[in-house]
Amino acid sequence: MCRHNSFIVRATLVAFLLLLLPVFSIGSLKQGDRMPDLSSFKLEGRLPDKLQGRVILLDFWASWCGPCKLSFPAMEKLNQEYEKKGLTIIAVSVDEKRENMERFLKEMKVSFPTVRDAQQKLVGAADVQAMPTSFLIDRTGKVRYVHDGFYGDKTVKKYHEEIEQLLKEGGR
Amino acid sequence: MKSFTRAASNSVSRAAKLLVVAALLFSATSCAVVKPWQRETLADSIMQPDRDPMGSGLIDHVYFSREAASGGRSVGGGGCGCN
Repeated sequence: MCRHNSFIVRATLVAFLLLLLPVFSIGSLKQGDRMPDLSSFKLEGRLPDKLQGRVILLDFWASWCGPCKLSFPAMEKLNQEYEKKGLTIIAVSVDEKRENMERFLKEMKVSFPTVRDAQQKLVGAADVQAMPTSFLIDRTGKVRYVHDGFYGDKTVKKYHEEIEQLLKEGGR
Repeated sequence: MKSFTRAASNSVSRAAKLLVVAALLFSATSCAVVKPWQRETLADSIMQPDRDPMGSGLIDHVYFSREAASGGRSVGGGGCGCN
């Protein structure tokens, strides 16, 4: 009887661990990591030609995400202000349907490049924890800041501080 | 006869163990983690429990008035139907 009980306990533990398996993700993009090679993810759309030596704001967004809608005008302002100083914004849409992304962009009209991660491989590799999530990457290609979500002026203020700091830093 | 009974008992206990493992594994398949970028369908307005706040407010008002009870469905006020 005791043997039966210990077996059931062990089987329950195994089942519980299996249950937790999808919760833990292996590898995600975090502070200090190198930015992945975007060209290897078969993104739809045209990536900027020159990324080397630039400060990059890599933003994951979707047309169905409310805060993403709020973040776009703010990012457009950042682009207007810092593009010539060395900032490149790359907005990566994770929309499943291209027409949803196109409808959103028609409404928003932004000047920074937007691509679509149709296979959701890049976003999977980055393993973002919220929508939108943005990564600020320094001139050497290292992830320096991660923003989970968009909280209006609070996030914009942080963007300004961090971008200005990264622009001051030397390149490779 | 005795060994036959023991063998039968062993096979029953093995079957029971297999059944327990199968049941536990089967229960584990019911769980799935939806990643933030996979929430397009969940973000659809049709998935919202309260898509028409004004309409819900009116229904709540009528409901608590007819029930002659205050605080029905998280709406404050008396049951007189006058507020």
